[in-house]
Amino acid sequence: MANKRIDEATDTETVGHEWDGIEELNTPLPRWWLWTFYLTIIFAIAYMIAYPAWPLIEKGTEGMLGWTSRGQLANEMSVADQARATVRERLARIPIERLPDDSDLMRAAVSGGRAAFKVNCVQCHGAGAAGSKGYPNLNDDEWLWGGDLRAIEYTLVHGIRQHGDIETRFSMMPAFGRDGLLTPDQIRDVSSYVLTLSGKEEQSPAASRGADLFAANCVVCHGENGQGLREFGAPNLADAIWLYGSDREQIAAQIDNPSHGMMPSWSGRLDPVTIKMLAAYVHSLGGGEDFVEVAADPAIEVDEQP
Amino acid sequence: MTTMTERHKKLERNVTLLGVAAFLTVAIGGIIEIAPLFWIDNTIEEVDGMRPYTPLEQAGRDIYVREGCYVCHSQMIRPFRDEVERYGHYSLAAESMYDHPFQWGSKRTGPDLARVGGRYSDAWHVQHLENPQSVVPESVMPQYGFLLDSDLDIEPASRLKALRTVGVPYSDRDIARAMEDMRAQANPDADAEDLLDRYPKAQVRDFDGQPGRLTEMDALVAYLQMLGTLVDVNSAAAQEELATETGR
Repeated sequence: MANKRIDEATDTETVGHEWDGIEELNTPLPRWWLWTFYLTIIFAIAYMIAYPAWPLIEKGTEGMLGWTSRGQLANEMSVADQARATVRERLARIPIERLPDDSDLMRAAVSGGRAAFKVNCVQCHGAGAAGSKGYPNLNDDEWLWGGDLRAIEYTLVHGIRQHGDIETRFSMMPAFGRDGLLTPDQIRDVSSYVLTLSGKEEQSPAASRGADLFAANCVVCHGENGQGLREFGAPNLADAIWLYGSDREQIAAQIDNPSHGMMPSWSGRLDPVTIKMLAAYVHSLGGGEDFVEVAADPAIEVDEQP
Repeated sequence: MTTMTERHKKLERNVTLLGVAAFLTVAIGGIIEIAPLFWIDNTIEEVDGMRPYTPLEQAGRDIYVREGCYVCHSQMIRPFRDEVERYGHYSLAAESMYDHPFQWGSKRTGPDLARVGGRYSDAWHVQHLENPQSVVPESVMPQYGFLLDSDLDIEPASRLKALRTVGVPYSDRDIARAMEDMRAQANPDADAEDLLDRYPKAQVRDFDGQPGRLTEMDALVAYLQMLGTLVDVNSAAAQEELATETGR
């Protein structure tokens, strides 16, 4: 490096290269920067020793600290679980029938259920649980399968028309038109009758023809006055709440080739306590029903311990 | 010192030599960091329940890729508490062992789909694909209603054969019966026993609400309803195995 010299203008040494008369000044890195750089190298070496880093022949290095991302997750989950442990434990122990008696616990369950609802339920039932066509409104007091805490919990656990769950809530309305059980004219008549049930239409000859057909085909599930039957999830036809629309065409379409709602079973996805909390939340939305007879049912185990 | 720089000068001035040397240098990084992933236990472990996709699910997966679903949806639940509480158990490497290519994605404009199977009804999926805003008002997802009108007009055997060449263990019978399998899975009246024998946990029904017609919607919904349902990650045995793992 014979060409090294001190540049006069800047009083700095050149690096000694020269290209067509252009020379480069040798301006060293600031010391603090250089040392920071060395420190990062030392840090990296220490990190590789402390944490899993190198994939080797059979498996990766495990690191001196024994840290794993899954272990960290398990710790975080258990910390979170511990913070909720008291409430969850009490919720796990209390039979859902007794939940309303413990207003503190009920409040906790409702707020836990509200959080779980936002994650799991709003996609179908809507952010305000108001539902939409085909997805029931959970704020009102019309319940297809029952609206007390136990019934709601059952629906959550087993779902509605869930494939592969033999205890799921299940019913299937016949496709009266598609399968030729009723002619299009008859379906029109039945629609007229159904519309009179809720007072949406006046009595008419068509409606009274429909009444006979209704008595022959529909009362088994929907009841004599169309008030519905929860055993089969058959909706009340005499009120103002319609899952698939209240127009004449929509009613006729439902008789012709009915849509059947399906709700997934949540037992494999959510733990029993979360399901209990969801039931409490849905029950609290406005339409929750009381148990008809709590004590009379021997199937209910009531924990009398405080 | 001088000789070293003189030698390096030679390297810098010969573009071929420089190219080869640069390749070798980069290859060292690749060999150390990437190559072991093909054989170390951490990455190639198998889990119970994982099976190749049925021809219908595979067809749905191909539509998923064709429509670019992976651009907005990931299929990778990371081991963080917020993700696990929202989407379910974190994903295992083995759960995408038959994915070619995998659909982990890199960005979530929509939610993660790794465990979307069974979360919604088929009718919900159809309605949501037709008009996402009708069920999720704030959604920015485009509409895919045309899938209902597109007949599933493919030759599944050739796809299975192609996948077999890259290592998916389809049997000869799987390939020979690919077309029957594909049709049977979307037809609740068909005899699907043989299909279920070879593809456990396959869901057999009419997925798109149009009985008697096999559409791309059938395939896509069948695929979505399968996602994350094959491996019982929450079973005691799986949890025990995961708890003893180290090194990641």
